[in-house]
Amino acid sequence: MNVNQPAPPGVPYGQPQPGYTGYQSSYGGQPGPIIPPSPYGAYNGPMPGYQQLPPPGVPRAPPSSGTPPASTTVRGPSSQSAYGQFGQGDVQNGPSSTVQMQRAPVSQPFVPAPVAPLVNQPAAFQPYGPPPTSAQVTTQMAGMQISGPAGPPPSGLGYGLPPTSMASASGSFQGSNLYGSYPQNLAPPTSLAQAHPGAQTPQCCAPMQASSFPPSAAGGPRPPSIAGPSMPGQSFGGPPVSQSNHASSPPPQTQPPMPGPPGPPPPMHSSQPGYQLQQNGSFGPARGPQPNYGGAYSGAPNFASPPGPPQPPPPKRLDPDSIPSPQLNELPPQQKTRHRIDPDAIPSPIQVIEDDRNNRGSEPFVTGARGQVPPLVTTNFLVKDQGNASPRYIRCTSYNIPCTSDMAKQAQVPLAAVIKPLAKLPPEEAPPYVVDHGESGPVRCNRCKAYMCPFMQFIEGGRRFQCCFCSCVTEVPPQYFQHLDHTGKRVDFYDRPELSLGSYEFLATVDYCKNNKFPRPPAFIFMIDVSYNAVRSGLVRLLCEELKSLLDFLPREGGAEESAIRVGFVTYNKVLHFYNVKSSLAQPQMMVVSDVADMFVPLLDGFLVNVSESRTVITSLLDQIPEMFADTRETETVFAPVIQAGMEALKAAECPGKLFLFHTSLPIAEAPGKLKNRDDRKLLNTDKEKTLFQPQTGFYQSLAKECVAQGCCVDLFLFPNQYVDVATLGVVPYHTGGSIYKYACFQVESDQERFLSDLRRDVQKDVGFDAVMRVRTSTGIRATDFFGAFYMSNTTDVELAGLDGDKTVTVEFKHDDRLSEDSGALIQCALLYTSCAGQRRLRIHNLSLNCCTQLADLYRNCETDTLINYLAKLAYRGVLSSPVKTVRDALISQCAQILACYRKNCASPSSAGQLILPECMKLLPVYLNCVLKSDVLQPGVEVTTDDRAYVRQLVTSMDVAETNVFFYPRLLPLTKVPVESSAEPPAVRASEERLSKGDVYLLENGLNLFLWVGASVQQGVVQSLFSVPSFSQINSGLSALPVLENPLSKRVRDLIDSFRAQRSRYMKLIVVKQEDKLEMLFKHFLVEDKSLSGGASYVDFLCHMHKEIRQLLS
Amino acid sequence: MATYLEFIQQNEEQDGVRFSWNVWPSSRLEATRMVVPLACLLTPLKERPDLPPVQYEPVLCSRPTCKAVLNPLCQVDYRAKLWACNFCFQRNQFPPAYAGISEVNQPAELMPQFSTIEYIVQRGPQTPLIFLYVVDTCLEEEDLQALKESLQMSLSLLPPDALVGLITFGRMVQVHELSCEGISKSYVFRGTKDLTAKQIQDMLGLTKPAMSAQQARSVQPQGQPFISSRFLQPVHKIDMNLTDLLGELQRDPWPVTQGKRPLRSTGVALSIAVGLLEGTFPNTGARIMLFTGGPPTQGPGMVVGDELKVPIRSWHDIEKDNARFMKKATKHYEMLANRTATNGHCIDIYACALDQTGLLEMKCCANLTGGHMVMGDSFNTSLFKQTFQRVFSRDFNGDFRMAFGATLDVKTSRELKISGAIGPCISLNVKGPCVSENEYGISGTSQWKICSLDPTSTLAIYFEVVNQHNAPIPQGGRGAIQFVTQYQHSSTQRRIRVTTVARNWADAQNQLQHIEAAFDQEAAAVLMARLGVFRAESEEGPDVLRWLDRQLIRLCQKFGQYNKEDPNSFRLSDSFSLYPQFMFHLRRSPFLQVFNNSPDESSYYRHHFARQDLTQSLIMIQPILYSYSFHGPPEPVLLDSSSILADRILLMDTFFQIVIYLGETIAQWRKAGYQDMPEYENFKHLLQAPLDDAQDILQTRFPMPRYINTEHGGSQARFLLSKVNPSQTHNNLYAWGQESGAPILTDDVSLQVFMDHLKKLAVSSAS
Repeated sequence: MNVNQPAPPGVPYGQPQPGYTGYQSSYGGQPGPIIPPSPYGAYNGPMPGYQQLPPPGVPRAPPSSGTPPASTTVRGPSSQSAYGQFGQGDVQNGPSSTVQMQRAPVSQPFVPAPVAPLVNQPAAFQPYGPPPTSAQVTTQMAGMQISGPAGPPPSGLGYGLPPTSMASASGSFQGSNLYGSYPQNLAPPTSLAQAHPGAQTPQCCAPMQASSFPPSAAGGPRPPSIAGPSMPGQSFGGPPVSQSNHASSPPPQTQPPMPGPPGPPPPMHSSQPGYQLQQNGSFGPARGPQPNYGGAYSGAPNFASPPGPPQPPPPKRLDPDSIPSPQLNELPPQQKTRHRIDPDAIPSPIQVIEDDRNNRGSEPFVTGARGQVPPLVTTNFLVKDQGNASPRYIRCTSYNIPCTSDMAKQAQVPLAAVIKPLAKLPPEEAPPYVVDHGESGPVRCNRCKAYMCPFMQFIEGGRRFQCCFCSCVTEVPPQYFQHLDHTGKRVDFYDRPELSLGSYEFLATVDYCKNNKFPRPPAFIFMIDVSYNAVRSGLVRLLCEELKSLLDFLPREGGAEESAIRVGFVTYNKVLHFYNVKSSLAQPQMMVVSDVADMFVPLLDGFLVNVSESRTVITSLLDQIPEMFADTRETETVFAPVIQAGMEALKAAECPGKLFLFHTSLPIAEAPGKLKNRDDRKLLNTDKEKTLFQPQTGFYQSLAKECVAQGCCVDLFLFPNQYVDVATLGVVPYHTGGSIYKYACFQVESDQERFLSDLRRDVQKDVGFDAVMRVRTSTGIRATDFFGAFYMSNTTDVELAGLDGDKTVTVEFKHDDRLSEDSGALIQCALLYTSCAGQRRLRIHNLSLNCCTQLADLYRNCETDTLINYLAKLAYRGVLSSPVKTVRDALISQCAQILACYRKNCASPSSAGQLILPECMKLLPVYLNCVLKSDVLQPGVEVTTDDRAYVRQLVTSMDVAETNVFFYPRLLPLTKVPVESSAEPPAVRASEERLSKGDVYLLENGLNLFLWVGASVQQGVVQSLFSVPSFSQINSGLSALPVLENPLSKRVRDLIDSFRAQRSRYMKLIVVKQEDKLEMLFKHFLVEDKSLSGGASYVDFLCHMHKEIRQLLS
Repeated sequence: MATYLEFIQQNEEQDGVRFSWNVWPSSRLEATRMVVPLACLLTPLKERPDLPPVQYEPVLCSRPTCKAVLNPLCQVDYRAKLWACNFCFQRNQFPPAYAGISEVNQPAELMPQFSTIEYIVQRGPQTPLIFLYVVDTCLEEEDLQALKESLQMSLSLLPPDALVGLITFGRMVQVHELSCEGISKSYVFRGTKDLTAKQIQDMLGLTKPAMSAQQARSVQPQGQPFISSRFLQPVHKIDMNLTDLLGELQRDPWPVTQGKRPLRSTGVALSIAVGLLEGTFPNTGARIMLFTGGPPTQGPGMVVGDELKVPIRSWHDIEKDNARFMKKATKHYEMLANRTATNGHCIDIYACALDQTGLLEMKCCANLTGGHMVMGDSFNTSLFKQTFQRVFSRDFNGDFRMAFGATLDVKTSRELKISGAIGPCISLNVKGPCVSENEYGISGTSQWKICSLDPTSTLAIYFEVVNQHNAPIPQGGRGAIQFVTQYQHSSTQRRIRVTTVARNWADAQNQLQHIEAAFDQEAAAVLMARLGVFRAESEEGPDVLRWLDRQLIRLCQKFGQYNKEDPNSFRLSDSFSLYPQFMFHLRRSPFLQVFNNSPDESSYYRHHFARQDLTQSLIMIQPILYSYSFHGPPEPVLLDSSSILADRILLMDTFFQIVIYLGETIAQWRKAGYQDMPEYENFKHLLQAPLDDAQDILQTRFPMPRYINTEHGGSQARFLLSKVNPSQTHNNLYAWGQESGAPILTDDVSLQVFMDHLKKLAVSSAS
């Protein structure tokens, strides 16, 4: 690790003057140092920031090397010891404690050495001294059963019947015996299936109800989970929950065995008054610790004595929410006997995220050093660019690459980078500086054409430089020459962004332009479907109305007063209507092109116009369009010709641009690209299923190619009422770097906001056009595969007709030679694009990675989120060519191999029954499971073919943050934190058992937003949120909260707004009432649970993974 | 009866018919020896202010193959109420309406003065006239402006209920929808792609799905007008709208780079116009009026590429087979013309450009459909403006001088058969018994379709005498021909005009002098000229000239009086005396000579020659020259270089040009400004006289001639010099210095030389 690097940066930046002049002189060749700062103003700005930075490098003392392997052990030990005694109890405890362990490190180390974010993990472990030595997440799986005991959890969990449970609880302990005998071979699926129904059956425990509950509650179907034991936060009562259930289950009594699970001991309550609600929610354990984290830590000792908690005697007091679940009664006894893992014991994404936030969110991430693992995407952090690209631009699956391909093969950890070249930065971070190397263009390596970057080595007194990628030596062009200082560094090092920063831009010369002509400013063309459906749904009117004002907000560059972008309008049904909106006309003119078989652009002058010049004509046009087609009876539409038309228009105008297509139906009119309805559910789970993802015809592919060649990006807004074949329609947007937005069964009243908001964002966002991206790497690795929405005409260049700040490209690297630990590995991503003002630019991102000869280093520097991003994209592409099952199996086996390799090579020896996960990858199973049960890979009955194709394409260009939340949704309880608190409430795990029926939750996954209202939520809450007196009067399916002047309402709405602001697409809110029919939809996103479509629950899947790993190991 | 001259004139006035022979040789053999075929020039709709149409249906012969119309030549049995067809001798009952018929109570059609009679019949729905403007927008700003004004003006000339449509073209073709309010709407087509009529109708949304068609019908009883109403609207409804639309018409916006011609999709534009009308208004009167300012440069029908460095084809290129696009383009336009003609529509071509515009290729559009062809230098000239205005001129009744969708049916008595016709028509391929195998012009049929005609449209119709020599016709026998023209009058009425003529038979062996005396040399010249021009379209120029010469020599041999081998003894009778001169000028005319003419010009001249009436045709063959001087009143003078004198003003009318030529002295006088001096007012009057006369001609002529006012030594004097008989050239210098006209710099033979040769050949026994 180059320790030198980080240190100096601060200084030069601190002295703007000299540096500045230096820059100037070297630059413009102007001798006078007195030049005003204006030209470089932008660069100056951030300086203060830089100044503050000095420290970063230094404290990084604790090198990871010294630290123990970063893995967490879900420790059997304690549990094991207890094991004999407590049987199950141990198991559960163990895990739960481990979870805390992980947490602990985070918080603790920070206190002492907050500065060194890099190393925090290892450091974190130190406090734990003894146990963590092998910081591994070991889940005691032996008993857990790979066999899918998972089924039971839900049922087991929450459904405590108080009275019986008591009894059973005790029984449970006897269960330990059972434990031993736990059948490993139980078929998980079956049990799952059974468990479910059982769980849903109504509950009936008259006594219970009578005692604690309002009758309404009785109706609640699934209170069980909610009713979960209100666990004392600290006591770790949590685990018992399951335990008790378990315990209870064994006794094959017909009685609902799991009584309102180990009811929370009343005392607990008292101790945590604030958490009353929480208690209701049965997630005691997980939840407890989080709120008062620090406090939890004290719990560490508990850790040592895990056995304690499990015992919690059967609930003495009934949790108000723990409705007796009648279903339980009906459950076949044997199911209840199933043995289970405590869900709290297994690695929790929430916990990991929370830890990372706490540990790394406070300090800026300084990119000076090679191979640093950045904070998680869920963490808010600032980035200081000191030579490597910000993680906002590039994230890698691993920041430490095996030196040899053998190692890489062994580990099976894919080496991939997720690149978001035009990512939007928070306002605190400066956008990349633009560097102008004059007429000769950017300085590049002669051989590999890599661009000048901080890693280039200047030699011979600065007359030449050696390429860090290919080692070729290149003359420094005379105008670029600069002397070196005593360290071999150029004197103007800090004045030149390309020498000191990881990300920057070059102004491209004419050589970098198409046809050797500087591009013209781009154009936006709005192409509106005006067929019957579009008109009737009110879309056309809405859109036209919106465009009138929206056109004032076209993206503009820098401080430009007016956008350089010109606009054009086309409407279409079976034929196309172009509009002449030339400013000199009194009225717009419409030109109909019916020759859809051979599309062309009927006009040139007047089609693409400057908004401000032609405003009156445009307004008049937008006024008239809805009128003109108000009586249309045309239901057929064309599609491909529309794109062709837009492309031809851009071609004629000789500019790049973007088409905004607003389309409603399957294009069945006679024309090229005509489609037929081929939606066939019978194909699911057959070898032919892949055809549903493939385009119907090759026509669109070649069309896309033409579009890319023209720099024509296509954004598609779909408003289907039925099947429209997204897989085919999406081909062109996909390959041109465009976006697809889909609004099924569009209704102006309910979908207006979402559509308009998406539209506004889409129109206003900054876009680069006609882009080519190339990823260069240092010798030894090579970019071999690319995932994302783009087109490739050769194996190296990623071509994007349009690229915005949301689009991400995932690149996979493979070895083609040995790497050396000394030099590490370098990645340079160069993106040539045309800015929205028509300026041709090159954006360069550089990233240096470490190389390792020890597998442990690899596992210690991995990023699971990125890994999942890669795996998901890989799988989603796989479904195009292979049956879904094959894809799923491949995913599982790859992950199993990754984990097995770790276990084999890096983990400390332990019993085979232990599942040991690398600290960095402990979430891999849960996330992987989410990917596996996503709609694409395992569709439920209600998921349409179009939805799958849509999601498939969306995911393909998602960045890490988006995939993260997409696969593992955020679930926030809204009423657990005092209304006054401004912080986001701590998330809970996406499982039904975590929901308390007395609470209100917000769930989002980047595309959907749900507000789940528990059946027994307090009336006050209902009143303040919905302005109705009772739960039953809440309108299910509501898509907006009434604006009410009370803290809770305001807070919830603020929260919703902030969620929306974080995502690139507007999420429509859906209010779901517990036990309402909409709840099915909601439950689909509770990804830790078994899904209706057959997806495994987290626990089950973990068991399955364990089995796989064990198989590999043996 | 007075002279044959009077007879001929009277016949022409009454029936619009002029025969080459007014006494017919009675046998086939003799007829062929007459050299000039038995033929006539028929002006079917000759204006007859004295002929009120009758308001009933004609009575037809009941024989299905005959169907001749009852006429004054028929024998009528008033008692039996029967009439005998004079063509097939079928005896027919009069219809019940004629029950009251008697010798003293005759229907009009039986009266001799009604040898030509017009019936108005009520048949089918009356559809208004349709005018579809097809406008080129690849024009200079000035031209376009002028054209727009002309078009706007024309709206006021149209009958208010006429339907109008507008198609504009340049690189693309735009069909404008006229019905819409607010936004102006047009359908645009690629200019490079030919489309079938069906495709065009589909793309214009003219073919409605069955359901909505039903709905349409329920709303409006007549389906068709409703469907097409978007593109063709009654003038009175969209007058303002269309005026605005035309006003906003812009030049073709596509950039034309240096060294290129604008891309002009004339072929497709016409194709769409044809397709539009074909689908919506088949078989009703419609004019497609094409206004073009240059050659088609792309798509089907392209005549020349867009590279300016490659010039448009010349006769030279065509002879060398170097005209790349000609054949294909011609084929395209022929296909269009035939389709148009089949549908009974017509295409006018108004081509205004300095260079050629592809009339050669497009000529068939006008030729086959009876449309007008107008060629000018610019739309911003009075030539175009007035010509265009004259298209909408009205007759004494206030009706437009245009008729549509006519079919001409010719019936002959048994001794005659029909060889063919030459004129703005197409064959209807009706092969009746009276169709000859001997073919002239558009042949093999007894019916032709003339999609558009005006009162001067004239067809040449050729006959063959088929009576055998050994079956003599009884003395006093007459041959009869009936022309039945059914057409749509401009008032949208269907009318039928029937002309029945008869001529005496004569035995050429013993009554040759009768036949000779009844020779109409003017008609004969025009008829032969039409044959010649018709041949010239498909044959090499020299072959046609040789053929004409041979015919002339044979004629002279047959009818001249001479001693063998003695040219000086050669004499022609009065009725033949002018004929050789006509032939001389015809040989020099642009109809047969392509030298100095572009292919477009040739096509243009031939187009008009093939449709004008006899008088105009003769002017075209042999221009008229008037002289104005102080020596006396204006007088016609010889079309000869000797007529060009210094103290004369000459007025020449070649039909296409009106040339006023001031002699040298006159020009000097004018230059000196004598005309402005009160004492020389007579000079002023002299100068004014030809101008006034020229105005008279200009007022009536269609198309408006090119008006040239020049003087001795003026560059435009070439128009005169090229026409006159070069009796004095640089070769016979003896004339120099004499006050006897102007020498012409040419190697062409003069009339004198021509006649000398003719005599020599005629008297020669070698042939």
